[in-house]
Amino acid sequence: MLIITCPHCGPRPELEFRYGGEAHIARPADPSTLTDEEWGAFLYQRANPRGLHAERWRHVAGCGRFFNALRDTQSDFFAATYPAGTPRPDTDASGVKESGR
Amino acid sequence: MADLSASRASAVASHVAAAPKVAVADLGALPPRTRFVFRGREAAITAAGPAFGVALPREACRFAEAGDRRVLWLGPDEWLLTAPEGAGAAIVADLAAALAGLPHSLVDVSHRSLGIAVSGAMAARVINNGCPLDLGLEAFPVGMATRTVFGKAEIVLVRTAEMRFEIDVWRSFADYVWRFLEEARREFA
Ligand SMILES: [Zn+2]
Repeated sequence: MLIITCPHCGPRPELEFRYGGEAHIARPADPSTLTDEEWGAFLYQRANPRGLHAERWRHVAGCGRFFNALRDTQSDFFAATYPAGTPRPDTDASGVKESGR
Repeated sequence: MADLSASRASAVASHVAAAPKVAVADLGALPPRTRFVFRGREAAITAAGPAFGVALPREACRFAEAGDRRVLWLGPDEWLLTAPEGAGAAIVADLAAALAGLPHSLVDVSHRSLGIAVSGAMAARVINNGCPLDLGLEAFPVGMATRTVFGKAEIVLVRTAEMRFEIDVWRSFADYVWRFLEEARREFA
């Protein structure tokens, strides 16, 4: 089973987690000043990379908290997990300490 | 307001009566408890401990107890407070007094779940039939408490002794969890 390291609870089985979409997408401060295209982009346009992807996960059957993860979308390898609200670790897949498989 | 003083019928009473004796994997229902979910920030967390009678554990996935009261860490700002049935009104009053002016939430969830105890040499193996956690003593030591999954149900799993676990499960899932445990321990009967 895939093991995901929750920043609060440590390494835990995948079954306890839910995926929460791409991370670090900030809601526009004043949506009323946006064009329809800009608002549509905020709502729907995602990076969808082949490789490392910063994304949100929730430890729903554990501490219940959201956190962020860097996951390789090709291999499903979790390169890092980090608390919500903290910046994306500045690294590539090879340079990150293994935090889960 | 709903009458919460009505007596509660255990959702697993009929199973308890019919349960076979399995010494290495004993199964039992725990008496009704008063339960609260407490959430708050630093100042409220610190003040809640003395008011309840047990300091809220700050280490992830641990529980603390004093006398007949227990506090389980469920999340970084979330705890489950349990006490014998009937203690609810006093707990509400004590915490309201100690936490006056401090933002927090205290929700009575006494009737939401019930407790099941699994004990004996094969207790961990029986639970592992439905729970994917590593229940070895190093990964899941005595004193650990955490929400997790058991089959299709969400549970709170507590290790009170090397060979004794307590499961807190929502009432509507209790029948399912009990039958699952009963099935799992049949191989040791
Ligand atoms: Zn967690």
